[in-house]
Amino acid sequence: MLPKSQLWLLLALVAAGVASALSRFLDPYILDVVMGVGIAITLASSLNLINGFTGQFSLGHAGFMAVGAYTSAMLTTTLGPKLGASPVLLQWAVFPASLLLAGLAAALAGLAVGAPSLRLKGDYLAIVTLGFGEIIKVLLQNMDVVGGARGLVGIPDYTNLFWTFGVAAVTVYVVWGLLNSTYGRGFLAVADDEVAAEAMGLNTTRYKITAFVVGSFFAGVAGGLYAHLKGYLNPGGFDFNKSIEIVVMVILGGMGRHVGVIVAAILLGVLNETLRSFGDYRMILYSLLLIILMLTRPQGLFTWPLWKKKAT
Amino acid sequence: MEKEGDLIPVAALLQLDNVTIRFGGLTAVSAVSATVGEGELVGLIGPNGAGKTTVFNMVTGVYQPTEGSISFAGKPTAELKPFEITERGIARTFQNIRLFPSLTVFDNVRVAFHLHLKHDSVHSLTRGPKFHHEEIELRERTRELLGIFNLERVQDEPAKSLPYGDQRRLEIIRALATGPKLLLLDEPAAGMNPAEKVELMKLIQFIQEKFKLAVLLVEHDMKVVMGICQRIHVLEYGRKIAEGTPAEIRGNKAVIAAYLG
Repeated sequence: MLPKSQLWLLLALVAAGVASALSRFLDPYILDVVMGVGIAITLASSLNLINGFTGQFSLGHAGFMAVGAYTSAMLTTTLGPKLGASPVLLQWAVFPASLLLAGLAAALAGLAVGAPSLRLKGDYLAIVTLGFGEIIKVLLQNMDVVGGARGLVGIPDYTNLFWTFGVAAVTVYVVWGLLNSTYGRGFLAVADDEVAAEAMGLNTTRYKITAFVVGSFFAGVAGGLYAHLKGYLNPGGFDFNKSIEIVVMVILGGMGRHVGVIVAAILLGVLNETLRSFGDYRMILYSLLLIILMLTRPQGLFTWPLWKKKAT
Repeated sequence: MEKEGDLIPVAALLQLDNVTIRFGGLTAVSAVSATVGEGELVGLIGPNGAGKTTVFNMVTGVYQPTEGSISFAGKPTAELKPFEITERGIARTFQNIRLFPSLTVFDNVRVAFHLHLKHDSVHSLTRGPKFHHEEIELRERTRELLGIFNLERVQDEPAKSLPYGDQRRLEIIRALATGPKLLLLDEPAAGMNPAEKVELMKLIQFIQEKFKLAVLLVEHDMKVVMGICQRIHVLEYGRKIAEGTPAEIRGNKAVIAAYLG
């Protein structure tokens, strides 16, 4: 008999599979938006582990997403066909494997960025991750193998409802599972008071790096899904604004809230689509939203119970 | 009046040998040697700025001494990180209470039990039977520990919502959960009224006996220190000016001049 939490995960995976099988009856545009929402849930939940639960501040989630997106896309467009994989094999073996490798590549990047900066206390991580995101973008823009600034085209559309929501479910399970144990309470302790956590025998650096690497891993997987959803990658799409978009989801949902952040990801995922006609003005709305939110509901929109004011 | 010969010799659990620390040109602690024996209750007193908390921070690995050495249970603690020192068996409280404010009272204590854990991140995800067994056991031990101090009734409240005195007690309980051999208390009586201070003295003595601990107590309140400590070290301007039983310290001229007035 599996633990209850794992039964829920299994149920979510089955539901995603069923929905995926029925998805051909759905309007393609709506399907697109829904899959985008699934990816947003993965991104927001994984960032929530870093920024919400562990109290660090990463501004580089889009960078890790880019690492994953390009890794995954290169595997299915270039390496897979070169090795002579058939289309069926590509879709059902190379693509899932590419998602896993996308995650691992991003996790590795996360380790490289996090290990030096997370040893320090304070806001160094924000600055380092900000720089990392920009470096990745510029690197990609100047790499001809991946299309440079023109972008990478012709990525097969393997992403479906099963993969997007399956990955989202696994992400939520992993974040939830990590936190809901005696070991996992350490993440929250680190967020609350690092000095005290260290004095209680918690290896705070290790906790922070674990959170950061796991978060980066799922950002990478989400990137892989994104690549095979859009069919086209452009380095400019993984800029600072994209990172901020994910940060807004976490703040809007209430830092360190599981359900709130999922709801916020859904809301902003849909809003993103509906506001597409406004183009760049979308960012103005984001900024306004953040300001209003910080003034009126610093504890997050969906912090439970909804009507209870945060004790100061 | 007791003589020095009346002191019972005990095996040194914590030993400071000529410990000096300088911050730039400032010598905060200068050539301090001191010991805390197994199961002993020792006080560390001195005027403001005498270097008491700095000594604490060196013992717990927050600062590294510039000169001299510190050893615990016979092993040097140099280069150890604070969490590694806690693993060795030194736990502390803070001068300004440092609980995990947003965690519940229960989780504040539970998280400190993690040093006894065999499971880690991977087991938190696989959640097998061994993991569950261990979690249930740790919950039980947390509840038991909170019960000893009558805090189980508020175990689901966030720690920040507790009254001041309870927060102080919770911080001590949390330190106990790490399973220490030596407990460092940094001004536990600060901000307490006389009745609470009497309670605290009883609590410290109770803990020392019940958990077979050595305690090193930094405190300003002379009644508390003189009342419960077996031995006292006195600091002034980073130097140790006296050591002895409460009675000896009370009669020491240098101490009276520096501190007791």
